Amino acid sequence: MLEKNRKLFPYILILPAALVMIGVVFYPFIYNVVLSFSNMSLRNFREWQIIGLDQYYKVFFEPSEPSFYTIFLKTMIWTVANVTFHVIIGVMLAMMLNRQIKGKSVFRTLLILPWAIPQYIVALTWRGMFNYEYGSINLIITKYLGLPAVEWLRSPTEAFLAVILTNIWLGFPFMMVIALGGLQSISHEFYEAADIDGASAWQKFKNITIPLLRPVMIPAITLGIIWTFNNINVIWLVTNGGEPADQTHILVSYVYRAAFGLYRYGYAAALSMVIFFILLVFSLTFMKKTQATKAAY
Amino acid sequence: MRNKAYFKKQMADAVAYLILIIFAVIAVYPVLQVLSISLRPGDRLLSTSLAIIPEDATFAAYKELFTGRPFLLWMRNSILISFVVTATGVILAALAGYAFSRFKFSGKNFGLLSLLVTQMFPATMLLLPMYIMLVKLGLINTFLGVIIIYSSTALPFCIWTMKGYYDTIPVSLEEAARIDGCTQFAAFYKVVIPLATPALVIVALFSFMTSWAEYVVAAQVLQDSDLWTLPVGLQTFQANMSTEWGLYAAASLIVSIPVVILFLALSKFLISGLTLGSVKG
Repeated sequence: MLEKNRKLFPYILILPAALVMIGVVFYPFIYNVVLSFSNMSLRNFREWQIIGLDQYYKVFFEPSEPSFYTIFLKTMIWTVANVTFHVIIGVMLAMMLNRQIKGKSVFRTLLILPWAIPQYIVALTWRGMFNYEYGSINLIITKYLGLPAVEWLRSPTEAFLAVILTNIWLGFPFMMVIALGGLQSISHEFYEAADIDGASAWQKFKNITIPLLRPVMIPAITLGIIWTFNNINVIWLVTNGGEPADQTHILVSYVYRAAFGLYRYGYAAALSMVIFFILLVFSLTFMKKTQATKAAY
Repeated sequence: MRNKAYFKKQMADAVAYLILIIFAVIAVYPVLQVLSISLRPGDRLLSTSLAIIPEDATFAAYKELFTGRPFLLWMRNSILISFVVTATGVILAALAGYAFSRFKFSGKNFGLLSLLVTQMFPATMLLLPMYIMLVKLGLINTFLGVIIIYSSTALPFCIWTMKGYYDTIPVSLEEAARIDGCTQFAAFYKVVIPLATPALVIVALFSFMTSWAEYVVAAQVLQDSDLWTLPVGLQTFQANMSTEWGLYAAASLIVSIPVVILFLALSKFLISGLTLGSVKG
């Protein structure tokens, strides 16, 4: 009796969470797979049927504006630009904070602020700051730099740049905090030994800091890439749903638009599956690669 | 020689300060900007002045927010939803995490792995099928619909965090309690749970924040303006910015301040939980 109980106990503990995950995550996932092979839309909401690979064909080959490839390219630019700046700024600030200086904790608190504020408020606030006439960014540009005002939210390139700036602002504290933790765990002895050997600051950075920081940063970067790739809040709220004229979408925001703006449910489901596979392949290869590099030291 | 090294260090410190100050200003400036707008009188919202505290500062926007707008209603909705989601999340994660930490059972690795895979789902992928399910179940325009979706968002992270924390608690404590005659569940409830309080706090904070600051789901499911949560309500202030800019600023300050304080106080734990979850996979 007791033995049987023992075996049953973990399942009882897991049951509630498992029910939620099955009902709210796994079942919808399967449903999404089915939808991606169907012709469901607002018009065919009740009488939808399986039509095969049509929606996938449309994702890749339908001559739409903007096309899948343009959005994919933008998503890559968005992800790479954001994560690169997050890491560079984050590591740089962490190195400054890791020095013996006064007021360290004050700086640390102020610099975490962008991460602590709810994302939607950050996005809406920056949208206001990018306003052409009254936004503080154009005011600073015209008043202090004497340059002409920029049409931030009205032309596609500038709008996309505006979103990236917003997201860089909001994302660097995470990398900073992670890098700071990593730096603090590096023993001073390495640097002292390098000093005795007469190493330059750059040599110390390249040969001590980077290799020892790497195991801490790689998981954070993997997470950062997935989060950025997936971040619909910022792009949606800063550009007010892809303005101007759906020119500022990344893949996830375009799925949202296709589903809830254009009511193309089957198409949106197929596009979702494509994004999912991109992310999955990326994560698996990235994890494999980094594991391989981990074994090197 | 000694002097030269000292001078070099002084220079490096000066550069460090300069960089830190520049970035601290960049980090704080938007917040001050919002503060400034929230204090402007109604006829000068669209000012081109860059002063932080406006000359004729007023609390009119705050007053209007509480008396003339459904701000308190949105806040009540948000608090209600977040509270239910947090409670559910903490209970489910505390139980499931314990099983993953202490027991060997078939399906364990599969379970842990599938929790990780869900983190790779595109943000909007499950929203569409879930939306259709909610329509069919008649749960559109209900709090229950939003709560169901939110409860699953943070759950994988919470379970991993709880599991990681339980792993650090010695099993011998429960064994002692069992010898003293406790049932399996009582040993967990009376011995392990009190020790796991720090992790429970983190999980609670994380669940709370996911639902407190969520916009995309709420905007689709809650169509009736009486049911709006704070993010959906605040977005309407921003949409027609010419008139409501001051209200938006005041509201976003009120919404952010408690969350920011909580976050700053607990950020250290949050990070250790995050790295734990990702590294162990």
